[in-house]
Amino acid sequence: MNAIQPTRVRRSRAFVTVFLKEVRENLRDRRTLISAFVTGPLLTPLIFVMLISVSIHRQLDKAEQPLKVPVIGAQYAPNLIDALKAGGIVPQPAIADPEKAVREQEADLVLRLSAEYPKAWRQGEPVQVEMIYDSSQRDAGGSVDRVNQLVQSYARQQGVMRLVARGLSPGTAWPVQVARRDQATAESRAVLLFNMLPYLFVLTIFIGGMYLAIDLTAGERERQSLEPLFANPVPRWKILLGKLAAICAFSTASLLICLLAFSLVGRFLPTDKLGMEINLGWHFAANVLLLQWPMIVLLAALQSLVAAFAKSYREAQTYLSLLMMLPILPSILLMVMPVKPQDWMYAVPLLGQHLGIIDLLRGTGVAPMHMLLCLAGTAAAALVAVAIGMQLYRSERLAISG
Amino acid sequence: MIEVKDLHKAFGDVRAVDGVGFSARDGEITGLLGPNGAGKTTTLRMLYTLMTPDRGQVLVDGIDAAVDPLAVRRRLGVLPDARGLYKRLTARENIDYFARLQGLPDDELRTRREALVQALEMGDIADRRTEGFSQGQRVKTAIARALIHDPGNVILDEPTNGLDVMATRALRQFMLKLRAEGRCVLFSSHIMQEVGALCDRIVVIARGRVVADETPDALRAQTGEANLEDAFVKIIGSDEGLAA
Repeated sequence: MNAIQPTRVRRSRAFVTVFLKEVRENLRDRRTLISAFVTGPLLTPLIFVMLISVSIHRQLDKAEQPLKVPVIGAQYAPNLIDALKAGGIVPQPAIADPEKAVREQEADLVLRLSAEYPKAWRQGEPVQVEMIYDSSQRDAGGSVDRVNQLVQSYARQQGVMRLVARGLSPGTAWPVQVARRDQATAESRAVLLFNMLPYLFVLTIFIGGMYLAIDLTAGERERQSLEPLFANPVPRWKILLGKLAAICAFSTASLLICLLAFSLVGRFLPTDKLGMEINLGWHFAANVLLLQWPMIVLLAALQSLVAAFAKSYREAQTYLSLLMMLPILPSILLMVMPVKPQDWMYAVPLLGQHLGIIDLLRGTGVAPMHMLLCLAGTAAAALVAVAIGMQLYRSERLAISG
Repeated sequence: MIEVKDLHKAFGDVRAVDGVGFSARDGEITGLLGPNGAGKTTTLRMLYTLMTPDRGQVLVDGIDAAVDPLAVRRRLGVLPDARGLYKRLTARENIDYFARLQGLPDDELRTRREALVQALEMGDIADRRTEGFSQGQRVKTAIARALIHDPGNVILDEPTNGLDVMATRALRQFMLKLRAEGRCVLFSSHIMQEVGALCDRIVVIARGRVVADETPDALRAQTGEANLEDAFVKIIGSDEGLAA
């Protein structure tokens, strides 16, 4: 037998060792750092907030600012023009080819009054006001509605005056009146705008852990360092768990930075101008974190699995960018076919987180049962993914690079 | 002490290892010699339990690798064909990582590491990140990493591959030192001179089988060739894949 024997009973803390080494090594990689701590968590909130601010400001601007509208035949209806002016419309000189101008987006809309207008008006007959616009121009929608409303209310006002002049009650002409009672709370109105938020959070988690996941499986195999690593007296599943923990640490950090950014930047959102209320503070952040923690593990395991199948770093990168499309599904599905959330939906990974975050945004909070379903469903999926990963790590081929 | 009995390993239809058996004793250097593709690396991979043999047995210090792979790995220091250093870690950090995986307590880790850094003459590179290391510096780091837990058995897969003359000489000295310390040293090579100069015993592998298992002198006598290289060619029956 051998003269040189291990002198002490040695207990390796493989899990912690692997975890600390992977964290330290990846903290030294600029690409990983930037994607996990800068671009991933910060870029999305910034772009998101910018988009929302721009769209809010634009809507506000349109509502308040004078609207320039070319009018053809303005001289035929001075009263109507006065009413439009009172509503903030600035009539512009007539243009030769209104259809072309609208098509080429030189004008949002053009009004056209026919030469018959004064005569018909005097005889008390209906007159026509032509509005030339292009409904496929989203941008013009607000202007069109605004002018339309002004014309309608002018027409209605004139109609009422004519009825009164003939001794009739205005009510005869409008037997049914619609009274709108919008039940949307300020928060629930904001939800429409914030529908993409759940996806952004998942995306942040995904990007935060992505480079690690690639580096720790495909990358390590490409660098041929798995073989010496597996020659150590440590069960492979412990190594895998250490690596997963490192991925989770990075993606959690990513999510935290992202939430922090949202809570800071959320204060500068001019949502109140639209009568909305949105709370992205600590309570929101804590709940999102709670909802997402099994998702963090699940994504880490999935990323490692996918990366482990790839032969090289680049191949893994390609696969993972495809996998990145997956979390967007619930957001898109719910957008194109809005269904009433059922209880079971909360147990479906991704979908559950989506619904939960929407609940939070809506201001109602997540029901305890829903929270439990969401956590349990995703945690179960995460366990399965980790178990498959452990199985995969036992395979002989995994370590062989050549 | 490493004992290998009747190992078989096939990849699909290719029988990479087809009945390999030999012993490598403590205090001796055993050379695994064979042309490229003879099955050396696959045999070694089964020794350090990276691969499971289809048939046969591996015993390290009497422990069956199939029964207790962790105990076997604890008694082995392995320099695989793939050196695989972590380039964003320094040489010392690379060594420490494996030391912790071996479960070395901190004080023992420090003493062992510094002894190895000195023995391998790598003091000047120990705190540099391994990215950009020369082949020789990489091998040194990988060897220090493999021996940090003071293993009784050392397996080196083509250790002199890609090394220049000076680095090769230094590595040979180091292997002789390991032998003098009473360790069992098993290394593979396809370079005749190296094996002839170092080994107490030569195991020649060709086409997945052991074709000779002798001392260098006995090998010369057996084949009737005074030159070891000629003896080798005679044994494996062809000169393909040989590098002098």
